Amino acid sequence: MPGLRILVPVKRVIDYAVKPRVNRAQTAVETANVKHSMNPFDELSIEEAVRLREKKSTPVEEIVAFSAGPPKAQDILRTAMAMGADRGIHVVVEEKDALEPLGVAKLLRKVVDEQKSNLVILGKQSIDDDAGQTGQMLAGLLNWPQATQASKVSIEGDSVTIIREVDGGVETLKTKLPMVITTDLRLNEPRYASLPNIMKAKKKKLDKKTLGDYGLDSEVRLKTVKVTEPPTRKAGVKVEDVDGMIGKLKELGAL
Amino acid sequence: MATSARFVSSLRRSALSSRVVSRTQCLRLAPQVRRITSATSEPHQPDSKGGLDGPAPAKTIKFTSESYPELKRDPKYAQLTEEHVKYFKELLSSESACIDGVTKDASEDIEPFNSDWMRKFRGHTQLVLKPSNKEELSKILKYCNDNMIAVVPQGGNSGLVGGSVPVFDEIVINLQKMNKIRSFDEVSGILVADAGVILENADNYLAERNHIFPLDLGAKGSCQIGGNVATNAGGLRLLRYGSLHGNVLGIEAVLPDGTIVNDLCTLRKNNTGYDLKQLFIGAEGTIGIITAVSIQCAARSQAVNVAYFGLESFEKVQEAYRTAKGQLAEILSAFELMDGRTQKLVNKVTGKKMPLEGEYPFYCLVETSGSNTDHDAEKLQAFLEHVMETEIVLDGTLADNQTQIQELWSWREGITEVLGHEGGVYKYDLSIPISELYDIVNDTRDRLTEAGLVGDGPDYPVVDVVGYGHMGDANLHLNIPTRRFDKAVEKKLEPFVYEWVQKRNGSISAEHGLGVTKKPYVSYSKNETMMKLMKQIKDLYDPKGIMNPYKYI
Repeated sequence: MPGLRILVPVKRVIDYAVKPRVNRAQTAVETANVKHSMNPFDELSIEEAVRLREKKSTPVEEIVAFSAGPPKAQDILRTAMAMGADRGIHVVVEEKDALEPLGVAKLLRKVVDEQKSNLVILGKQSIDDDAGQTGQMLAGLLNWPQATQASKVSIEGDSVTIIREVDGGVETLKTKLPMVITTDLRLNEPRYASLPNIMKAKKKKLDKKTLGDYGLDSEVRLKTVKVTEPPTRKAGVKVEDVDGMIGKLKELGAL
Repeated sequence: MATSARFVSSLRRSALSSRVVSRTQCLRLAPQVRRITSATSEPHQPDSKGGLDGPAPAKTIKFTSESYPELKRDPKYAQLTEEHVKYFKELLSSESACIDGVTKDASEDIEPFNSDWMRKFRGHTQLVLKPSNKEELSKILKYCNDNMIAVVPQGGNSGLVGGSVPVFDEIVINLQKMNKIRSFDEVSGILVADAGVILENADNYLAERNHIFPLDLGAKGSCQIGGNVATNAGGLRLLRYGSLHGNVLGIEAVLPDGTIVNDLCTLRKNNTGYDLKQLFIGAEGTIGIITAVSIQCAARSQAVNVAYFGLESFEKVQEAYRTAKGQLAEILSAFELMDGRTQKLVNKVTGKKMPLEGEYPFYCLVETSGSNTDHDAEKLQAFLEHVMETEIVLDGTLADNQTQIQELWSWREGITEVLGHEGGVYKYDLSIPISELYDIVNDTRDRLTEAGLVGDGPDYPVVDVVGYGHMGDANLHLNIPTRRFDKAVEKKLEPFVYEWVQKRNGSISAEHGLGVTKKPYVSYSKNETMMKLMKQIKDLYDPKGIMNPYKYI
């Protein structure tokens, strides 16, 4: 029985704790000088891959972290390797040519072929564009079974059992490798990368490639017309005391 | 808060039940840690805790006058009369500015002003005044001075030594209504603000303008900057930005006789005689009430990194600190020490997974702040490699994103909260020469263990003896979490701790102040001449002694 060859695509996004700001021209979110980190759902994917290796129920041959993005996406790949991925592949795509979900899915299909992966674990969505489509499109292109929003994954031989949370309960799916899994919040709790591992990660292999290497270009089908911030909440009014509050409520017709 | 708004939306979209044990939930908790810490210092809003466990059992807090029987009400102070209250009511512009417990029963409304958040101190005041401006305050103080009415100035009431609550029937003057930011100069970075501005609000205001308040501490959500200055609070940013004695450029204050002292200078340099504002910094409201401050604020760092280490001994901690100072130099913004015991307690109480795999006797948290992420990261990487290779640290981790930064900080900031989990805590806030910083924890633990007071199980009053603190400032928090307050423990601790500190020329109060608790022990850190000089100042500014009486001076 062949071991698992896991591909984990990761994305560099604005840190979720940072409040995004729209740029002056209202064409995009400001990304310069803003703290970036790994898409939190992708952290779960890496963690799950590493845990599959630690569980040893099915041997893991290799965990490859992959990212398509600006040169700085390398930092995210190093983090993935510090958490336990064996090597990284970086397809350099400048920010202005950012790929759409279908473009990413097409690229990933090529990578899966090249790497002979038999399991792809993706975050269910990236928190910047919230598209939530890439995993599904990839499964379609590969014609593989998919299990989205997984909250528990167990693999015995080439049979995979996945529990996913659905409205009002859970759903258990069973299928066979190769397959695509997308991760949900409850799947696991990602680890901190330890210093020795951070240092080891620096020496792990990181291949730099271009879209051209895979015979693709950044084809864009969508045009962003305008980006605006959500309407600001109206400021509240401070009242001096209880009487003031009752007066105000009456004024507003709430009483 | 904006921090997690984006994630919340994605959570919602995933339409999942809210009963979660996932990371993201943990993640989302992380940014709140600081606020949780501060929430404990907000007994003012018993409802916020919600229904059943809310009703503040404040009635059970022992009166300070009972816990400190040696304090006696000084008969020279007048008893409050209806006439006094009438004067104040007419003086103050709005009705809510005067909580009157003299002419009617207002004990529930007054209780939060009478007691502190640690539930250790409780006074008997029957009147709370909240002036809206310095003129009102001036009239109040003049009237009190003329009529021999004692007063207690109060800010966010988050102090640790009982300085901001009355002992007997002193009236409470709370500054919460004076809460406006007056001006901010983006070029010089000088902020002028009312004393009642809450520290976190001031810092948020500055954050929008890319500046930072030079002070940060656990209670920032409730403490007020006037109170911070009056108590010369230290906190987490002191290593980088220095003490308030250096950052405060000017003060506006009201003296007991009603004089308004306007020294709200916005100059960095001003060599024109005595620097009188310094007297108000750390005076704990004993010579006047600060109504506004002008303060120097630095530009906010764009790049912040946090690393967390496990070390095998206190010698290694010192070595790590020396190395950090050398290699991280200008970007080093915090170096905090936590012993293994505190970290295990945090782990036990919060149930969070420890950041490192193994267990170590010492941990430290290193924060860097700079202007250029790449530059800082490079420096930090070099530092990390160095301390790992030379085995100064045994293991460690580096925060990868904002969330992890907050998460790692919670292992330091969360300590205060978890220590009180089993009962009370004896807290000592000491300045000790850095080489001997941790010795006092071991010595105290040995002493209490020998006396058979420390152990597991309800038979032993003491849970443990732990230490943590601001390594960079040579400031140690010696804490003794207990299951109950026991006289035997207290006898073993005091004056032992103070004598220990005195022998090493340390300070018995590094940043918490003196208040009521440290009153009998001032002499361990100040000699007779110093005490006499302090008394002279007190008598000069407050000849009738109405300002915050029964406290340290």
